[in-house]
Amino acid sequence: MIVLPPRPILIALALMVVAFALIPMTGDKYWIKLITRMFALGIFAMSLDFLVGYTGLVSFGHAAFFGIAGYTLHLISPENQAPNLAWVLPVSVFASAIMALLIGALSVRTHGIYFIMVTLAFAQMLFFLFHDSNIAGGSDGAFIYNKPVFTILNWTVFDLGNRYALYFLSLLSMMTLYLLLTVVLASPFGAVIQGIKVNEHRMRALGYNTYYYKLISFVIAGAIGGYAGFLFACIDGFVSPELLGWRESGLALVMVILGGVGTLFGPVLGAITLLGAEEIFRDRSLVGPLANYWQVLMGVFVIIVVLFLRGGLGGQLLQFVRRKKEQGL
Amino acid sequence: MDWLSLIIQILNGIQYGLLLFLIASGLTIVFGIMGIINLAHGSFYMIGAYLAFTLSQLTGGLFTAIALGIPLTLAFGFLLERFVIRQLYHRDHLQQVLLTFGLILIFNELQQILWGGEPKSVPVPEILQGAVALSDTLSYPIYRLFLSGVCLAMAATMYVVIRYTRIGMQIRASSSNQNMLNALGVNVRLINSLVFACGVALAGVAGILAAPVETVYPGMGEQILIVSFVVVVIGGIGSIRGAFFGALLIGVTDVLGQVFLPSAASIVIYGVMAFVLLIRPSGLFGRSE
Amino acid sequence: MWDVLKVRALVREEGLKQSMRVFNWKELKILHGTGEYLMFDNRNKRNLTRRKALSLLGVGAGSIAVQAAFPTRFAIGGDAKIKIGTLLPYSGTYTWLGESITNSFEQALSSHGGKLGGRNFELIKVDSEAKPPKAAGLTNKLIDQEKVDFIVGPVHSGVAMAMTKIAREENMMTVIPNAGANQVTGPLCSPNVFRTSFSNWQPGHPMGKVLLEEGKNTAVLCYWSYGAGKQSAEGFKDSFVQGGGKVLKEIGIPFPKVEFQAALTEIAAIKPDAVYVFFAGAGAVKFVKDWAAAGLKDKIELVGPGFLTEGVTQAQGDAAEGIRTTLHYADTLDNAANRKFRAAYKRAFGKEADVYGVQGFDAGQLIRAGVDSVRGDVSAQYDMIAAMERAVIDSPRGKWVFSPAHNPVQNFYLREVRGGVNEVVRIAMENLADPARGCRA
Repeated sequence: MIVLPPRPILIALALMVVAFALIPMTGDKYWIKLITRMFALGIFAMSLDFLVGYTGLVSFGHAAFFGIAGYTLHLISPENQAPNLAWVLPVSVFASAIMALLIGALSVRTHGIYFIMVTLAFAQMLFFLFHDSNIAGGSDGAFIYNKPVFTILNWTVFDLGNRYALYFLSLLSMMTLYLLLTVVLASPFGAVIQGIKVNEHRMRALGYNTYYYKLISFVIAGAIGGYAGFLFACIDGFVSPELLGWRESGLALVMVILGGVGTLFGPVLGAITLLGAEEIFRDRSLVGPLANYWQVLMGVFVIIVVLFLRGGLGGQLLQFVRRKKEQGL
Repeated sequence: MDWLSLIIQILNGIQYGLLLFLIASGLTIVFGIMGIINLAHGSFYMIGAYLAFTLSQLTGGLFTAIALGIPLTLAFGFLLERFVIRQLYHRDHLQQVLLTFGLILIFNELQQILWGGEPKSVPVPEILQGAVALSDTLSYPIYRLFLSGVCLAMAATMYVVIRYTRIGMQIRASSSNQNMLNALGVNVRLINSLVFACGVALAGVAGILAAPVETVYPGMGEQILIVSFVVVVIGGIGSIRGAFFGALLIGVTDVLGQVFLPSAASIVIYGVMAFVLLIRPSGLFGRSE
Repeated sequence: MWDVLKVRALVREEGLKQSMRVFNWKELKILHGTGEYLMFDNRNKRNLTRRKALSLLGVGAGSIAVQAAFPTRFAIGGDAKIKIGTLLPYSGTYTWLGESITNSFEQALSSHGGKLGGRNFELIKVDSEAKPPKAAGLTNKLIDQEKVDFIVGPVHSGVAMAMTKIAREENMMTVIPNAGANQVTGPLCSPNVFRTSFSNWQPGHPMGKVLLEEGKNTAVLCYWSYGAGKQSAEGFKDSFVQGGGKVLKEIGIPFPKVEFQAALTEIAAIKPDAVYVFFAGAGAVKFVKDWAAAGLKDKIELVGPGFLTEGVTQAQGDAAEGIRTTLHYADTLDNAANRKFRAAYKRAFGKEADVYGVQGFDAGQLIRAGVDSVRGDVSAQYDMIAAMERAVIDSPRGKWVFSPAHNPVQNFYLREVRGGVNEVVRIAMENLADPARGCRA
């Protein structure tokens, strides 16, 4: 099972990481924040790809876990003092994982289109829970007043209130999680879930309890989605119910498709491209008066990608490399 | 709470459920027969409502708006199927979800350009104005009775057409095996176009009918779309009968939830869905896989 | 001298960008050496009021010293444009509010020869989409990329929350022309954030008083159970319950649901003297129509904050006739400023102005007052803030001033819909200020 992409792509990705590591040198505050956002959403899309592209579960409610972690951070961090990353991060991710376990236990029983709709409905339920209740500020959203700091025995290693620290933590997390997921996929567990994607009946006939495999996969994806949500909440220091809404879930799916389903690195490219495309479509100096209708441009862009860019960016890249290789031989 | 108001509340729930049925039935047949998951379905409801606004302004009445709106939405659905949706038959659900997601963005923006963001209102036809008094303060609006009646009539028509006519038979057949049907010389493409157009028209008509009571505003489609999903999931995807009972269940639960559990009103219907899925993962009337 | 050195060091630390701003509140705090935040809450006597703090510090002297050390942007390029970023919804449900505010905001700025404090200005319009998750990014875009001098926005309270937080941190001059979240001029209040509209608490508050005066002592509350709805209900209860009225039931409807039939049936069964509702836009249209269709119109009095009948009476038709609401404005308000404003708006944009336009217009007037006071040198933020706090806004809604928390202290009018128009009946409460609970920054 090919888990890591072919070497030319790996090299290109490594170069990209190096380029990203250099960007903060420009000191442009806006770009640093924008790219940090791309990283967070890239991780988010990657976790969804693990579910969609490798386990074959198309979830339309993935934003629920993204938002839950952010809200957990808000709820557990004290108002007057910066919490320690060493405990708030695990707790937030754990909250998302628990939620994924609950939702997954019910929805993984269903298949195909049911699964899409059921995950969507559960995410909407959580959205309404935060929107209409008084937990964490209701519809107005809530702040994370003090961003977490990472301290070991009174020694502050870094402070996420610093945009550079957050930038590099996000970049590092993205790479680590990518490697982690490739390791998971290369493991026997990974082989089973990929088998389930191809033919669940056969896997069941082989004696695997596919329900539990799918559920574990759902929880892993939820936890990593939560990790992304945690980072995202740290960027803005603000959480709102809309983070759990169906539009965010839909956008994550767009990122996955755009980047290439089942490529793992593709969705990260998808997130970067999508945010980049929005920047371009909104920019009056680039698209002129069309910027007023940037959402139409986005809609058309999404449709064109779905219809014509088979396999997404990642898929196209892989094909390109493969073709070159064949020509080379 | 006394009996009279409880009965009225249940009536309210049934009426809301019947309206949901019109939208959910379109969603469910389009999926059942063509295997397409259509997120833009809510947009057709919105388009219907805006059509009701424009047409009733132009022609001076809701009835003419309905008469003109049905062929218009049918034609719109037909064209959309031909030029966009047809691309999706052999794609996976994921791509369908995305393409129709893109359609939502476009429809919303077009709606802004054509009608702007202010809520619009469609007058209730004069003969349907007023309310039936039930006590000194309790009463029931006549238009809502009319609305429920029309929905019931449409449900009955759908049942008869699908059950007892030739085209209905072909539609049923095409939901089980399109290739076989094609081999038998039936124009499956045409059936798909027709079914999709009907689905659009159902949502459109729901929009037109709902316009006088719901008012017409941007984003009205997305709100009802999610609820329709819940209905379809509860009823069993592809089952019109399921959509009917699912819609009534959700309608009544929603209204009673608002009365008895106001703090959890928005969550109750999802709880019902979770419960149904626990017992029957493919919905009440769904075919188990 | 010590002051100047300290500021210089700070400015260097904060980088080039901050040098444009000369100094900010945090630095002032250090300058003053009190170790306390500057207070502008008059009720809290233990602390300094801001104006006192300004005079203590001798701001004039301070800013001159600093300006000598660091030439301001204005001094560098006298013809550079003042940049004003608008973060308003230009797509989605609230587009018309965004447009209305932008129109009249520009109208206010383009008077006086189209200059602000002798300088040209430009607007940078950013579509907020009324989506809170995007708000922080877009605010950053305006501050860090467009490098604006002012932000005007938003409409949506969730967006306002995210935006205000950044505006506080970045010390960005911000004028909120609509979003009513109490928090913005409550716990989040900040010297550099002004609001020219209202707090959600305000518009409903006078209604409780009006009902009690008329001997209506029982009420049912029905509102969208999200931030604005709940805060509006609080405002109403603060006058109604405290004045001896009784709330029989509160019915929350999940936002933005517009299925009211169940609530109406319940209200009809309870039969209160009055029903106080908070709905706006499509919800307002639908509730009022459903109310009439259910035959409740002449049996129970329906009241609410003005949004119930604002800009939607045409869509509501006859059902709206006779409904009374309280708001800080009415189209028919009879004063010179209003007549002039409405005539000019209609001439320029071909349609009638509305309350959102008035709020945008006042945001423009406020910025003009601030920038004029420093003759275009927007880096002199203290003087500008001081001038803006002192400003008496000659608004179409009547003259008003700012509360210490930077929310308008304004009249609230009792209005009644007659012939599809909100006619002013009388002033329901004069110079009503928001309690600004939690404001201590």
